[in-house]
Amino acid sequence: MPNTRIRVPKTALKGDAVEIRAIIQHPMENGFRLNSQGTPIPVEIISEFVCTYDGGEVFRVTLEPGLSANPYFSFYLKATTSGPVDFWWKDQDGTITEASAHLEVV
Amino acid sequence: MKRSEPANLLTRRSVLAGLGAGFMLVSMPVRADDASVAEAIEAAFGDAPRTDGRIAMTLPPLAESGNTVPLTVSIESPMTEADSVKRVMIFANRNPRPLIATMAFGPKAAKAEFSTNIRLSGTQDVIAIAEMTDGTIYQAQVRVMVTVGACDTLKIRF
Amino acid sequence: MKLSTLAPAFAVTAVFALAFVLTGAAAPPVTPKSGYDYLTPETRQLQDDDFANPGMLWVEEGERLWSEPAGTSGQSCASCHGDAATSMRTVATRYPAWSQSYGKVINLEQQINQCRGRQGAEPLQYESEPLLSLTAFVSHQAKGLPMSVAVDGPAAQSFERGKAFFYQRRGQLNLSCANCHEDHAGDHLRADVISQGQVNGFPIYRALWQTMGSTNRMFAWCNEAVRAEPHAAGSQEYVDLELYLRWRGQGLPVETPAVRR
Repeated sequence: MPNTRIRVPKTALKGDAVEIRAIIQHPMENGFRLNSQGTPIPVEIISEFVCTYDGGEVFRVTLEPGLSANPYFSFYLKATTSGPVDFWWKDQDGTITEASAHLEVV
Repeated sequence: MKRSEPANLLTRRSVLAGLGAGFMLVSMPVRADDASVAEAIEAAFGDAPRTDGRIAMTLPPLAESGNTVPLTVSIESPMTEADSVKRVMIFANRNPRPLIATMAFGPKAAKAEFSTNIRLSGTQDVIAIAEMTDGTIYQAQVRVMVTVGACDTLKIRF
Repeated sequence: MKLSTLAPAFAVTAVFALAFVLTGAAAPPVTPKSGYDYLTPETRQLQDDDFANPGMLWVEEGERLWSEPAGTSGQSCASCHGDAATSMRTVATRYPAWSQSYGKVINLEQQINQCRGRQGAEPLQYESEPLLSLTAFVSHQAKGLPMSVAVDGPAAQSFERGKAFFYQRRGQLNLSCANCHEDHAGDHLRADVISQGQVNGFPIYRALWQTMGSTNRMFAWCNEAVRAEPHAAGSQEYVDLELYLRWRGQGLPVETPAVRR
């Protein structure tokens, strides 16, 4: 399972725009790199990323090979209620990676 | 300083033929042209009119590596249920595959803004196209110079 | 972490004086300048951002591996070395170093593999995820501290060999490391600005590789770039070269994980 790092502040005021950051370790092979035999390494990418919070989606990405390796996203959620912020990545063969962090809204 | 001339990255397809021991085969992917990025945009948005504005893109004017180019996109929108950004698509008009990513903001997004890192295969325009919930489409375009590292065109084992 | 921008001038001067007095070796031929100084602002920003710096993914993995039991012993690194922030604090500033048990100068990867042997575990391969993660994690503990390898006493011969390697022309292009990294540091090679080739940030996240890489990978890459047959990872040639380079960059702060193009 690829390593992930997520950054959710511990607390936020209700109504705040909270910066959320997420990165997953993945080569995002674009199919153009050649191996030592000179044949292209096949495409292998994370294809989807979703962040959900308080019963709804915050941010969703359909990734293509044109994104850098170890895909990184930062975006803003609106703090409404205390609860988990969930992160979900799916790679092209369907493997799911998940992470979660608690946001306390005061 | 003695050095052999690496392949010119800006040609559409360049192959440096190996001519004896020590030379490496260099072949670069085909770069897109305006036709293929136009096709990709049409496939996504049809022939709906696109207006400049509302999108602010932050990209370095000069990227020393095309492999990791930071991009921030910020779209003016009240982000209410009635009036928000439905989706944003990012294109690069000279990449082998012009579409870089599609982003969508959900009801819990505070603003229509995100940052990420993209790959650019050379100097070109990055195009962001945002579709609003009322169907209007906005676009913005930024030119990024991408310098190729001196030895980056080598296809070497390490 | 702004230490890397504040410390160098002062630390470098101090270490020069000290090195001259203690080792009797002349000061490095050029005032050391980190690869960081040759980067565009965006790349520097990526390195300075503790979250977005992709190298930190490997540092965190290394932190996890540090406490994971390995091999037949069932011991982890932590079992003997405890808290890495304390026990590993200066390691990256002192390696490569003379190993009494091996009777030669060894690099950090070889030191880690020696420990793996004590754990009854298989040695880790160069550029494997676990070895990159552990070297990144251990080196990261010294971040901000100036490099200061010993090149006297039993390490002296290794140092001399490494220095000879640095100045030896090689490959079809008949270039030595010094031809670019000393004679033309700061000049352009096509659109690239040539750096001094310092190693204070290793293992680095290299944009070109889209992953972490060790000094040995970098040396092999550079050798092949001048069309010279690279040496094997962990070869004595590369260990000697790394020792010389760490001496050449003495006083530069450890920046692991550095981001380079």
